[in-house]
Amino acid sequence: MKSRRFILLFALILTIGMVLAACGSSDSGDKNNDKKSGEKVDNGEAADFSAAMVTDIGGVDDKSFNQSAWEGLQAWADEHGLAKGKGIDYAQSNDQSDYMPNLTRLVKQDYKLIFGIGFNLKEGITKVAKQYPDTHFSIVDDVVEQPNVASVTFKEHEGSFLVGVAAAMKTKTNKVGFVGGVDSPLINKFESGFIAGVKSINPDIDIDVQYAESFGAADKGKLIATNMYNNGIDVIYHSSGGTGNGVFAQAKDIKQNDPDKEIWVIGVDRDQHEEGQIGDNNVTLTSMVKRVDIAVQDLANKSMSGDFPGGEILEYGLEDDAISVATTNEEAMTDEIVEAVNEWKEKIANGEIDVPKTREETKEFVDAL
Amino acid sequence: MTSNKKFHLLVPIISVFLGLLFGAIIMLFSGYNPIEGYAALWQGSFGDLYFFGETLRKVTPYILTGLAVAFAYRSSLFNIGAEGQVIVGWLAAIWVGLSVDAPMYIHLPLAIIAAAVAGGIWGFIPGLLKAKLGVHEVIVTIMMNYIALYCTNEIIRSILTDNAEITEPIPESASLASAWLQNITYFSRLHYGILIALFAALVMWFIIDRTTIGYELKSVGFNQHASKYAGMNVSKNIILSMAISGAFAGLAGAMEGLGTYGTISVMSGFTNLGFDGIAVALLGANSAVGVVLAAFLFGVLKVGAVNMPTVAGVPSELADIIIALIIFFVASSYLIRWLLLRFKKEGK
Repeated sequence: MKSRRFILLFALILTIGMVLAACGSSDSGDKNNDKKSGEKVDNGEAADFSAAMVTDIGGVDDKSFNQSAWEGLQAWADEHGLAKGKGIDYAQSNDQSDYMPNLTRLVKQDYKLIFGIGFNLKEGITKVAKQYPDTHFSIVDDVVEQPNVASVTFKEHEGSFLVGVAAAMKTKTNKVGFVGGVDSPLINKFESGFIAGVKSINPDIDIDVQYAESFGAADKGKLIATNMYNNGIDVIYHSSGGTGNGVFAQAKDIKQNDPDKEIWVIGVDRDQHEEGQIGDNNVTLTSMVKRVDIAVQDLANKSMSGDFPGGEILEYGLEDDAISVATTNEEAMTDEIVEAVNEWKEKIANGEIDVPKTREETKEFVDAL
Repeated sequence: MTSNKKFHLLVPIISVFLGLLFGAIIMLFSGYNPIEGYAALWQGSFGDLYFFGETLRKVTPYILTGLAVAFAYRSSLFNIGAEGQVIVGWLAAIWVGLSVDAPMYIHLPLAIIAAAVAGGIWGFIPGLLKAKLGVHEVIVTIMMNYIALYCTNEIIRSILTDNAEITEPIPESASLASAWLQNITYFSRLHYGILIALFAALVMWFIIDRTTIGYELKSVGFNQHASKYAGMNVSKNIILSMAISGAFAGLAGAMEGLGTYGTISVMSGFTNLGFDGIAVALLGANSAVGVVLAAFLFGVLKVGAVNMPTVAGVPSELADIIIALIIFFVASSYLIRWLLLRFKKEGK
């Protein structure tokens, strides 16, 4: 009994010893390797510039903003003769504790510009940017106030306003729904814009707002959508990532059983037209498209040409085409609706209306109507 | 008897080896170079003091959640609620960290104790229901996980902050983070929590193997009726086991809150620390030393895995496959041992 324990303890000490020895010796070798590979990149076509990004837990194939950001980075690389592993790369995060190591890893691999995709990386970027003041960072969807960080945000409320206009014109029951991911300032922007858009067309329309408390719970999305459609809501705008797949699934189920029933889903981030296809019908009315790729590409170019907007907040919106309303479903998006959307788009661009971003502002906005 | 003991030690080691071997085969079949893949994994967890620090940081909560599951298992209770206990522990630690103003020698212990108590309460409730009403602890703990997650999110939004995503960082006086540890590991988030985790492992070993309470807990686990007949209070022991188990998991939450992050943010899903704790306990054969070693292995695999895609092009999910394989072999080894014992008996 005693000897067994002794052996275990011995094994433990031995393991730790080996581990420490290993990290001591490979430390210096590793650094040299890193420098060598860094130099290789330096001799490449794009002089000495390289960019990389850290995804949030959605992963690079999330069919949403992570994927879009990576597409932007790839487009930028194509422009300058770079490829994955040679000048651009991404690091995937499996859970929130991976953000910091991933950012640090890319810094150590000598990337000049590092994107953090999603507001979840705010804390990580804030810390790493302080530790490595010579590297440029950028955060998408949030604001970090550091001289070497450029914050990229989008005017989602404006896009949401426009899809709200479309929803209000499409609804026949005068009831529309909003399904949010996690109740947070970012998603509140979507909610606020949508409500303002709907109420601007017809203040009598009821809007049911529900949050699934997750960006990945399709089952909950389906449940919420079931309730909404049962209660006579005929248009649902979802802003909930993967949860929205459940909303689409429910709408398609209903449509399949009763093809004449008029129900719609409004997609988010990407044009979710494909998501809504069921037989010959399509339940996707439109989508609030947020072009993270345009922003990433733009920022990479700015940074490469030497005018990196460090410490600034870049807001991409309708005027940059970084926010737009999809018109892929031509049958559903009638000319009348498209015209109205363009009309309101004009008004937003002119500054005639100021789209609310928070619940308080929305209340004021609606009261003033 | 001796061969049985040897088996206990051999099963996890062989399982780890087989897991890595099959992981290599999977890499080979998917067209990746397994040597490069494992080299990247090794570099990613030990290659540099930064990553070694991160590995130790990751190991810290794993030790504690592993201990939590293992402790309950010693009384034949299956604590799937470690996840929820981690979350309430995290919340309690941050709450005390933010709301109390005291010097460090009071503030820090208070925040840690608060986390243990919160986790303990979260374990106490299923224990009570099991002991008094016979409700199965698995069902209750699963539900308690969701209660913990959503209540915590609501408390962060409405009480700790003004509808924000994340709380303010806790003051220095409640923080486990150490500038010294961070400096020697090039800004990794290594913190003093690792010492607390190792101490907790010692405490578990001491309670289970060296005290009357531990003897009774184990006895209840082996046979409730015999224990009752021997004059032990079965209900009390079930409740105690779950509460202590919960306290360990609550501490894991404190490690994340006070050490790694210094804040708590609205969670859109589980942290998985509690669920991974189940695997750690299984691999560690529910013993304190085993849990520490298993937690270390898990930390290495999880932290190193993130390095595999960028360096070797191997998807990081492969580490999860390896972990799953290891667990599979541990679990199926019980079957093998059972078969071996059967054959032995029949041979006689």
